[in-house]
Amino acid sequence: MLSYALRRLVSLALSLAVASLVVFLVVEVAPGDPARYMLGTGAQEDTVAALRAELGLDRPRVERYLAWVGGLLTGDLGTSYTYRTPVAQMVADRLWVSLPLALFALALSTLLAFPAGLYAAARRGRAGDVAVMGATQLGIAVPNFWFAMLLVLLFAINLGWFGAGGFPGWSDPLAAIKALTLPAVALALPQAAILARVLRSALIDVLGEDFIRTARAKGLTRFQALWRHGVRNALIPVLTIVGLQFSFLLAGAIIIEQVFFLPGLGRLIFQAISARDLIVVESVVMLLVFAVILVTFLTDLAYAWVDPRLRRRR
Amino acid sequence: MSLLAIRDLSVTIGGRPVLDRVSLDLAPGEILALTGESGSGKSMTALATMGLLPQGARTEGAIRLDGTDLTTLPEAALCQFRGQAMGMVFQEPMTALNPVQRIGDQVAEVLTLRGAPRAEARRRAADTLARMGLDPERVPPSRFPHELSGGQRQRVGIAMAVAARPRLLVADEPTTALDVTTQARILDLLVGVVRDEGMGLLLITHDLAVVHGRADRIAVMQTGRIVEEGPVARVFAERRHAYTRALFAASRHRPALGPARTYGPLLDVAQVTRDYPLPRPHPFAKARKARALEDVSLTIRAGERVGLVGPSGCGKSTLTRAILGLERPDAGSVTLGGRPVRADRRDPDLRRRMQAVFQDPYGSFDPRQPVARLVAEPLHLLGRVPDAPDRVARALTAVGLAPEDGARSIHAFSGGQRQRIAIARALVTGPDLVVFDEAVSALDVRVRAGILDLIAGLSREEGLAYLFITHDLTVARGLCDRIVVMEAGRIVEDRATEDLFAAPAHPATERLIAAAPTLPAQHPSEEERP
Repeated sequence: MLSYALRRLVSLALSLAVASLVVFLVVEVAPGDPARYMLGTGAQEDTVAALRAELGLDRPRVERYLAWVGGLLTGDLGTSYTYRTPVAQMVADRLWVSLPLALFALALSTLLAFPAGLYAAARRGRAGDVAVMGATQLGIAVPNFWFAMLLVLLFAINLGWFGAGGFPGWSDPLAAIKALTLPAVALALPQAAILARVLRSALIDVLGEDFIRTARAKGLTRFQALWRHGVRNALIPVLTIVGLQFSFLLAGAIIIEQVFFLPGLGRLIFQAISARDLIVVESVVMLLVFAVILVTFLTDLAYAWVDPRLRRRR
Repeated sequence: MSLLAIRDLSVTIGGRPVLDRVSLDLAPGEILALTGESGSGKSMTALATMGLLPQGARTEGAIRLDGTDLTTLPEAALCQFRGQAMGMVFQEPMTALNPVQRIGDQVAEVLTLRGAPRAEARRRAADTLARMGLDPERVPPSRFPHELSGGQRQRVGIAMAVAARPRLLVADEPTTALDVTTQARILDLLVGVVRDEGMGLLLITHDLAVVHGRADRIAVMQTGRIVEEGPVARVFAERRHAYTRALFAASRHRPALGPARTYGPLLDVAQVTRDYPLPRPHPFAKARKARALEDVSLTIRAGERVGLVGPSGCGKSTLTRAILGLERPDAGSVTLGGRPVRADRRDPDLRRRMQAVFQDPYGSFDPRQPVARLVAEPLHLLGRVPDAPDRVARALTAVGLAPEDGARSIHAFSGGQRQRIAIARALVTGPDLVVFDEAVSALDVRVRAGILDLIAGLSREEGLAYLFITHDLTVARGLCDRIVVMEAGRIVEDRATEDLFAAPAHPATERLIAAAPTLPAQHPSEEERP
């Protein structure tokens, strides 16, 4: 197991190195001069040259790459041109919204999906299954921003239990969690629907396996067999989906952030792209790449935890 | 009083009758063999006894265990009986265990389910596993199923079934998926446990030779009914029912092979060695290897019929893959008619001349294509074949099917018919050599007899050369002029069949001969029957 984790860790480091190079080169080969982009077409030659010097664009590429990677490693992400603040600080502020929101939504989606998937699989083909599957079909079909608007209408405007948007910061944790609740629910519902369907079909596959029959012959009830022997064997596809969902939730919540006026990563990257703030774009993209690779690493570890057969693979 | 009394048990699944007024008795300490071919209702009787029939099954009649009628019990009460009063061992040791749970925990679960404290359950599970012949030093309870061989897994399966010391043990083809050497050991274990603990054993098998010398009584089933029943010695001697006689005839069936007409060398395997990398304990460890084949040499002449026999793990499969060019040997060479067989190069003509038939008649076909398409598949090796439909029709006829069968889908065919279709697919290119890889191991006796006749006929009429790979010496004996015995990656004997049986020179051969289950000598009265 330890050896497996070490091997995955080496592959994680290599992926990060390659990704950093790709991100750097993509920004590098993008047509035009970033400095000129930022300043607009009417800018003076000497202003552009000053900005190029400030951004370090006049130095050789290798040197700039190494400086950038060095900055990434030490937490110095440079200074945003448009906001005139350190990128690291901006990203950290946004991450304090996006990361809790993604985790919150993921937890909700898993909590909803497991009982629903288990129930549907246990009552396969009966009314309960049909009802749950119908609900998940709806959950997948309806876009999450529409859910978001319905939630605002009901819980913020009619009932007044939650605010309709905005984020008060973490100085009052209860208020912060309250502000994230509706967005998390809106994000979680479609994800839960997908996860419940994946879990159900994985469980139904497992229920046809011989070892479930063995479990029944040992005296386990139908549900005990499903719970003790079925779930763990059905987890691999579920973990894959959970891993993908986390990566999506971290940066893909942009519409929901917009609906609820949340200062999250999604909005930051959107604003940075609109303003051609390439330093911010570069750093945030690299951060997201890091998050995705890290999640993949954790998913790989979870696979091995779930299935001992995977621990010895090369 | 009998331990298990089944009375007039009829079962229908979705309206289709599968059991028809089955009555059976089993006394404590007794071994009752239930035999018959696939689809005769043996397994359904076992599952009905355990209350594990598939959904949609309707049951009539009574199944009494120690006087309690199980058919009238609600599901919750039945769960109390399963594992506790009756245990079951299944056919497929590779899939019958939960792959993500340690074997000790799987056995202990039977006990914790009855309220045993965890520590005590673990200890008793470890004891049971040790009693089933799993040495705690080599196979501790902390192992996962994938770290065990098929025979070891079946020992775990038996441990689960007997851990709570049930009074009734049901074993459904417990050794059919194992090689003969392992089969003999597992059967001895089962019989020993049952005798020691005074359990009743319902032993389901299609193999009459397995019954001989082990069971007290035997019941023969056909199409959901019991057609003959009684003490083993009597049923074996009298064989009152025509179906029992047919089963016996099939069990001892020897195909009419005829003398071989052999020509020059066809396949030449020269000093082939193959290693597999073993998993490393840590990333910086030195790579380790397991030797699957060691300096193996073998020649097959055109028209020759050769058997390759050995226990599981002896290297048969690796050698087969090397011969078929599916895997590259680390050293040595394989040539067919002087041309090198290589895994890394496309050589349609070579492929055309060597075809294979595999074990599983269910897994080796694409279910979405009609049979004619499946059979025609290898014809692409010949380039453009204008007479493809004729060739397919001829191949289907050669294996005893009708050309019209080509239009049907593979679902419409039984296991034996599918194996015929697999043979037709191998024959369609007009090969010089066919490799049969455990091609009859999954079939029951009567179907197997038919396929053996077919293969013998192809040799007689077409002069087909073949390599017949099996773990069962008895099957190879009837079908091969020469037998090659493998053990631990080496060829230990390579001799004419009758010489080999008359005087086995290597202990491995002796072990294989001893392990092969045999039927008693022919009953005198039978010789006189017309």
